[in-house]
Amino acid sequence: MSTKTRMSGNEAVAHAIKQINPDVMPAFPITPSTEIPQFVATMIANGEIDTEFIPVESEHSAMSAAMGASAAGARAITATSSCGMALMWEVLYVAASSRLPIVMALVNRGLTGPLNINAEHSDSMGARDSGWIQIYAENNQEVYDNFLQAHRIAEHKDVHLPVMICQDGFITSHAVQNITLWDDGPIKRFVGEYEPEHYLLKEDESLAVGPYAVSPYCMEAKKAQAEAMKRARKVILDVAKEFEELTGQHYGFFEEYQLEDAEYAVVAIGSVCGTAKDAVDAMRAKGVKAGLLKIRVFRPFPGEEIGEALKHCKAIAIMDRSESYSSQGGPLGAEVTAALYRAKATAETVNIMYGLSGRDVKVEDMEQVYESLRKLAAGEEHFAEYPYLGLRDGTENVLSRQ
Amino acid sequence: MRHLTEIRWHGRGGQGAKTAALLLADVAFQAGKQVQGFPEYGPERMGAPITAYDRISDREIRVHSNIYKPDFVAVVDDTLLHTVDVTAGLKEDGAILINTVRPAEEIMPLLKGYPGRVYLLDARKVCMATLGKYFPNTPMLAAIVKISEVMDIDVFLREMETSLQHKFARKPEVLDGNLKALRLALEEVTECQ
Repeated sequence: MSTKTRMSGNEAVAHAIKQINPDVMPAFPITPSTEIPQFVATMIANGEIDTEFIPVESEHSAMSAAMGASAAGARAITATSSCGMALMWEVLYVAASSRLPIVMALVNRGLTGPLNINAEHSDSMGARDSGWIQIYAENNQEVYDNFLQAHRIAEHKDVHLPVMICQDGFITSHAVQNITLWDDGPIKRFVGEYEPEHYLLKEDESLAVGPYAVSPYCMEAKKAQAEAMKRARKVILDVAKEFEELTGQHYGFFEEYQLEDAEYAVVAIGSVCGTAKDAVDAMRAKGVKAGLLKIRVFRPFPGEEIGEALKHCKAIAIMDRSESYSSQGGPLGAEVTAALYRAKATAETVNIMYGLSGRDVKVEDMEQVYESLRKLAAGEEHFAEYPYLGLRDGTENVLSRQ
Repeated sequence: MRHLTEIRWHGRGGQGAKTAALLLADVAFQAGKQVQGFPEYGPERMGAPITAYDRISDREIRVHSNIYKPDFVAVVDDTLLHTVDVTAGLKEDGAILINTVRPAEEIMPLLKGYPGRVYLLDARKVCMATLGKYFPNTPMLAAIVKISEVMDIDVFLREMETSLQHKFARKPEVLDGNLKALRLALEEVTECQ
């Protein structure tokens, strides 16, 4: 029930879209996600799917059109990156608070500036409080599998929230790698048809989408939205379990790699986790008990589970591919550190800034992170501020000098 | 045989180095390998130096970094030898392949004393004799497969034929020339002594 082949991360998402055959896709091109609407438009032109593609004039319109389609009762998707998503900003919040199950393929790229097209998480991390579910991938296989699960999560009656399926720009979106594709029949049955309960084109039912909410009621709407995000936790795991029964692929909130007995752990998101796994193996070969916690689901944030999984460690590096300019580190650093505090963990922690604007991360860089953790736990290293990994600089807060 | 072979391509925008890297990944996949083929992206424009990479392995490839210690390097344009450090990190037991019309004595001094094997190929000559047009990536691909031994040559030629048949389904007249270019490149590539 599967085919082993090779394709890029963008092709993998396009293949998922082909199998899902959504009703509507409004999109505007932006590097490095441009290929996704391009592939979809080709599939439509070839008669492989009957999705209504709307070539809009901006990303603000793309998300607005997705909202309109979704509110009307259609299964709507879009794809974007970086500044494209920034231009959707206003509408991201409206889509989430209107409880519309839109699915977005986000190919992570840094927000400008300086102007740059490469991988960074500043786009999705900036939108972390917009009310969208966020699921990240290490490679082409994961982004494909995540996309296939997205509609089931978004459209679930306990959730009704939009989902963004993220992958690292160029690093996975444009790299051709081996992948296993699942057969159309079982996947179509798994994804199913979208049958909304309430929608604008429903006969004999009046519905307002996105009306003004007065203060005596607006806060309740926000609380209801927050509760939906909490309920999404169970749905995400249930859908993953069903996907595993179908494909054998295991997914959860996060992946633990050699973490059970690890003394030194790295927490990270995305493609760097593959590189970190090679570093874990190299450190283990040297007798260092290294481990990795790879976050897949960032919204809702599985803080309790992360705290439990990490609290036995001696030292933990939390890796951020996005600056907060808070002078305290990045978003992942803040949230994981809070989770560790609640779990009453006693580990030393360091929040490391890495990979900004596509700065490459080598296995040796990750080995150095583990080496720093060992020193940190032994009291031989101290970080006054959050360090940058692999910066072209000689300051004290640089972890590896080039 | 290495369990992992890492290849770095240097070319100029428009010469097809990225395509060659992706084609190599493709054909290695067909030969049953685990593969990773990817270009290094930036502000691309015609003629600017570009880099592309291949990892070919019998095991799962998890690393996502660029390649800093390649087993093999392929240089699609010899003018890059003056501006790009093409042998940077290149393993001594590996090899470099350069597309050039120039003789070895002019090329060798540009390689910063690289002690490993050096191969030259006049891809223009191969292209003109077989395709009538200059597409250096096709002969370079054949030559790098031969030098790196990442797969059996007969398997390579067979898989390339299948792949090109598919690619040029509407232009079958191009197929023959491309296959000839691959075969001629295998003969023409020479090791500098």
